Amino acid sequence: MIQLSINGNTQAFAAPLSLTHLVEQLGFAGKRLAVELNGEIVPRSQHADTQLADGDTLEIVVAVGGG
Amino acid sequence: MTTDSFQIAGKTYSSRLLVGTGKYKDFDETRRAIDASGAEIVTVAIRRVNIGQTAGEPSLLDYLPPSQFTYLPNTAGCYSADDAVRTLRLARELLDGHKLVKLEVLGDSTTLYPNVLETLKAAEILVKDGFDVMVYTSDDPIIAKELENIGCCAVMPLASLIGSGMGILNPWNLRLIIENAKVPVLVDAGVGTASDAAIGMELGCAGVLMNTAIAGAKDPVRMARAMKLAVEAGREAFLAGRMPRKLYSADPSSPVTGMIASK
Repeated sequence: MIQLSINGNTQAFAAPLSLTHLVEQLGFAGKRLAVELNGEIVPRSQHADTQLADGDTLEIVVAVGGG
Repeated sequence: MTTDSFQIAGKTYSSRLLVGTGKYKDFDETRRAIDASGAEIVTVAIRRVNIGQTAGEPSLLDYLPPSQFTYLPNTAGCYSADDAVRTLRLARELLDGHKLVKLEVLGDSTTLYPNVLETLKAAEILVKDGFDVMVYTSDDPIIAKELENIGCCAVMPLASLIGSGMGILNPWNLRLIIENAKVPVLVDAGVGTASDAAIGMELGCAGVLMNTAIAGAKDPVRMARAMKLAVEAGREAFLAGRMPRKLYSADPSSPVTGMIASK
């Protein structure tokens, strides 16, 4: 198991885990979102090749209503 | 009459009303109000996704497809240049390389007044990074010019505080900014009702950006329409050129000759 901090909350996941699989497990497959891994943006094209490691910090954002 | 369009970052728009998408009752009302406003550019915020959210839950993008509107991701809630830049880089990834953004860096949470020092810093980084930056700022003509010189594609001074509905508090400063600018100047923030928007346009603004004035009205869809008409009316009045003000003498509208004789 690996511990990931996602949007400020720590959760455990079974390894190995790619970013694409994480997004699927969270229920966001096909949703328009952007991901920052340890402070660096991971382009969508690289999600499948990005393996997550214990202690990684992720920010996952979407567009919401705002002025 | 020639068509009156305007350009931002090389793209032509016919509506001079830009609207926010926050504070509506639901997405349906958001969509109906934005349709009534005629706006082509809509602002959105970038926020953490709600983990645990049900997968099929509708999102703003379902109601306002990016194929139909020009999205203007903002940095609302950012208090430093670093946070603003980080947010807009995420927005660019989110929106498939989209470059047009609204930069705002706030100074304090009570007034939401812009921190112009951080704004200047962020603008410089973003312009170098290839963004087309529409920048929210104070109504200081010197700062507005600095932001233009940095390469911002539009300068957007406040009319009054964000969400205050207090209208245009300093029309003279806005005029100074407009007269010195070579990029579009848009009033952003503080508009409360239709006349405020019209006054902004009469001053020569290229456009008006608002959110709360519409979303916070009792009937947002109707107010959206009022704002559309006000922006159009104000723009037409500006182009028509108002009559001069005569402070100390009246001037009758009817002929002064041919009066019937007095007894």
